[in-house]
Amino acid sequence: MTDPAMNETTGSTAPLLEVNDLQVHFHTDNGVVRAVDGVSFHVDAGETVGIVGESGSGKSVTALSIIRLLEEPSRIAGGEIVFRGDNVLAMDKERIRSLRGGEVAMVFQDPMTSLNPVIRVARQLVEALLVHRRITPKAARGRAVGLLGRMGITAPDRAIDNFPHEFSGGMRQRVMLAMGFGNEPSLLIADEPTTALDVTIQAQILDLLKELNSDFGTAVLMISHDLGVIANVCSRIIVMYGGEVVEEGSIEELLSDPRHPYTWALINAVPRLDRDPGADRRLTTIEGTPPDALDMPKGCRFAPRCPFRIARCDEHPSLERIGPRRSTRCWVTQAGEPLPRREEHAARAAPSPVDPASRQLPADGAAPLLEVRGLVKHFPLRRQGFFGPQEVIHAVDGVDLAVGQGETVGLVGESGCGKSTLARLITRIHNPTAGKILFEGTDIAQRSRAEMRPLRRRMQMIFQDPFASLNPRMTVGDILAEPIRFHGLAQGRAVNERVQELLALVGLNPRAAGSYPHEFSGGQRQRIGTARALAVDPQLIVADEPISSLDVNIQAQVINLFLDLQQRLGLTFLFIAHDLAVVRHISDRIVVLYLGKVMETAPAATLFEEPLHPYSVSLISAVPIPDVEAERSRRRILLEGDPPSAIHPPSGCRFRTRCPIAREICAAEMPPLQEHRPGHFAACHFPGGMGEWR
Amino acid sequence: MVVMIVLATLVVFLISHLVPADPILAQLGDMQAANPAMVAAYRARWGLDLPIWQQYLIFLEGLVHGNFGVSISTQRPVLDDILQYAPATIELSTIAFLLSVIIGVPLGVIAAVRRDSWIDHFARLLSLVGVSAPTFWLAFVVLALFYGGLQIAPGPGRLDVVYLPPPFVTGLYLIDSALAGQWDVFRNAAAHLVLPSTVLAATTLGLITRTTRAAMLESLGQDYVRVGRAKGLKDRTIIIRHALPNALIPVVTLGGLAYAVLLSGTVLTETIFSWPGLGRYTFRSAVSLDFPAIMGITFLVAVVYLVINLIVDLSYALLDPRVVRQ
Repeated sequence: MTDPAMNETTGSTAPLLEVNDLQVHFHTDNGVVRAVDGVSFHVDAGETVGIVGESGSGKSVTALSIIRLLEEPSRIAGGEIVFRGDNVLAMDKERIRSLRGGEVAMVFQDPMTSLNPVIRVARQLVEALLVHRRITPKAARGRAVGLLGRMGITAPDRAIDNFPHEFSGGMRQRVMLAMGFGNEPSLLIADEPTTALDVTIQAQILDLLKELNSDFGTAVLMISHDLGVIANVCSRIIVMYGGEVVEEGSIEELLSDPRHPYTWALINAVPRLDRDPGADRRLTTIEGTPPDALDMPKGCRFAPRCPFRIARCDEHPSLERIGPRRSTRCWVTQAGEPLPRREEHAARAAPSPVDPASRQLPADGAAPLLEVRGLVKHFPLRRQGFFGPQEVIHAVDGVDLAVGQGETVGLVGESGCGKSTLARLITRIHNPTAGKILFEGTDIAQRSRAEMRPLRRRMQMIFQDPFASLNPRMTVGDILAEPIRFHGLAQGRAVNERVQELLALVGLNPRAAGSYPHEFSGGQRQRIGTARALAVDPQLIVADEPISSLDVNIQAQVINLFLDLQQRLGLTFLFIAHDLAVVRHISDRIVVLYLGKVMETAPAATLFEEPLHPYSVSLISAVPIPDVEAERSRRRILLEGDPPSAIHPPSGCRFRTRCPIAREICAAEMPPLQEHRPGHFAACHFPGGMGEWR
Repeated sequence: MVVMIVLATLVVFLISHLVPADPILAQLGDMQAANPAMVAAYRARWGLDLPIWQQYLIFLEGLVHGNFGVSISTQRPVLDDILQYAPATIELSTIAFLLSVIIGVPLGVIAAVRRDSWIDHFARLLSLVGVSAPTFWLAFVVLALFYGGLQIAPGPGRLDVVYLPPPFVTGLYLIDSALAGQWDVFRNAAAHLVLPSTVLAATTLGLITRTTRAAMLESLGQDYVRVGRAKGLKDRTIIIRHALPNALIPVVTLGGLAYAVLLSGTVLTETIFSWPGLGRYTFRSAVSLDFPAIMGITFLVAVVYLVINLIVDLSYALLDPRVVRQ
């Protein structure tokens, strides 16, 4: 396959990287897992290629195989990887070392753990240069400083002597990129490079990646679960499912006309910023979970979940060429037929189980279920020495908020904006420093633990991490029965009946009661967490990033579950998330938080159509949309730097240090949260001042 | 630190005075203890008739002046006793400690890097045996084997009887003999150290090997190790410069504690090897309820622990820059 003539797609020149029929096996106690099963693709010099897929699809394993970074028990069992005409799998130790970090650089997902915490950044950068080039340590240091500056780190000559913990997440990812580009590689492999970052920081890093690609001519192979991120950077996409490539094509063709149902689902089952959720607000989902790697379906691996399945899908399809640069692994589209559009499909699909019109929203003027007034939480820091000043983190700093009966309020903001602290204050896991929390009209801000106990029944929390928030040594039945017994809601056999009922309510098999949490997938565990919250018939549910750790399709399933439950049980939700598209989909009203203060509050649709606060405008513009046309037509506002420290928040408006339209008054006076249109509040001296930016 | 030391003195004092045992009975014997005049005179002689807080103040004042009181059984100042016995213990414990670190850390590292290889199995077996074999049993076995049976190791004591101790400088025979240029004494002292320090090191060696191995395995699984490989670094660089410094933190904690334990009590080993150290002195004092001696030793042990803890804490700051974060 190394013969250039064999390669039709690139003409006469051989591709930079060619992967042919790659097989990677994991040897587990239960048998051999074919994590990557016959994957072939190529990357041309200077090209940007994205691999997209959910967890377990084999995309990261493929990426790691390219420079042979796989660790036991995984093993490359077959195929070939050809880089510039050399077979990587046949290289000796020395040759592969010169490839790693020299010609092929790699950037990983979590910049927090990718840098060694006990070694200065300078040495970590310099050692990467010294192993690959003949230069003096002094020259290497000079080069490293230059690279850091190029990656957008201010005062790089000083910053380089810091330890990694002194950098923010975005800065660390810049350091990782500096490390990667130090030896002018011809290929950069970026494995979920922005997944751990906030959306405004993600936008910065994606921009930097594109810039580096065009300035250095470095080819980029980007791995991500987020189609929007891939679409933003890459010109060609490879979609992986169950260890196989299921579709490949240029970004424009693939996004506008997906020819594999899985790609179709990725494009359509994801909440999108540029799409009106509609009255129903339910997402198109593909049901089920990814295939069991130990027991792959015999036919098409996606068939069990496929909405378009036909009889022939029992046979395993091969990856067939369907256009000049396109191929797909699907019986349905092999004849050249496109898949139906989302709307057509939705019309044919089963209607939502509950009539959306039956949903009752609170009438204007009705007393809200929950009202928060001037809520403050300061976390004191340790004093620096005995006479040192007492410093505090202004985590939540005067927040007003109201949630009506039966309403869903979305709370968004970047990490560190105080949204989780706010959730914990409302449920009184933390004690507020000042302010009022009115639940059904009574102030619970200063209630003691004992006084809170009867109230706990009425407000419940769903947590972010479905793995950590369920006790691994309790069966699901015990987990659900505990709150029922504790609050005396049922006795004896009635408890079991209630548990069965709850499991059915969240769409789990009632037999699940006897199993332990580890026997379930992430999405199923989040259903268990939801059932636990529902066990005590609460009125208010505070959900703190309940779907952030789930795959996109599973996210859609859980969102739909929340919507159903709300309609059936009349629940009130305070929904906290950093993902704007998700929040838009599920919320009636949205509250935008920045550094412990509310920047803007508006009905969901209004906020996205006419945001008034510059921060909201920037947040919305930072979200990548998996649509080439939409991406081209909109203007992206890149916020500079990171949010300032909550220990010394800026004077006046908190956002002014990053605001593109800040003026003098913004530093002098803190703008009050004012109603500019009915139900639309913003805390800005120049509301709507970014209108022409959009 | 100062507060801790004062607290330590209080605890030391109270514990030895609240023990329901009468030193008079132990010292005077049944006959004399039946004689009230003798008892009263004895009490007055040792200040045991004073109120307890006064006894404490006297004890404290003595400590400040370096006066630990006079041992009831040896009739010598406790400090002199301690100074006489401490060097033997310090020498023995330090050698044992160095032995366990010098062997344990590299062994743990290699075991982690070559996981499931024969050397890993060997390291795990060694640490299991080291931790679980009773010290006295091990001591008898090595004595019987190398001294009694094979006759390649010298017997108990710090020196053969034909040698005189080297002129006193530090009390550590290895250093003193080297300073005096008495190389034959040095060799003999070193030979005498081999068996007891090996026995003493066994437990510590086992703990350190095991901890190093576990910490290295964790450290090797971290993302920065994979990043190091992706950078093209040599395996050796990754192991020694990236993984090891991160793995050392728990090892230092354990090492500090283990050294303190070695310094403060090696009664069994010292007894079996007739080693004239603090362990045996402590044991004798405890049996004879010699309170000034017990208090002096306990206080000393408390100070040793505090100092070693301080050193461990300071070394955290060197090992992990995140410790000194604002």
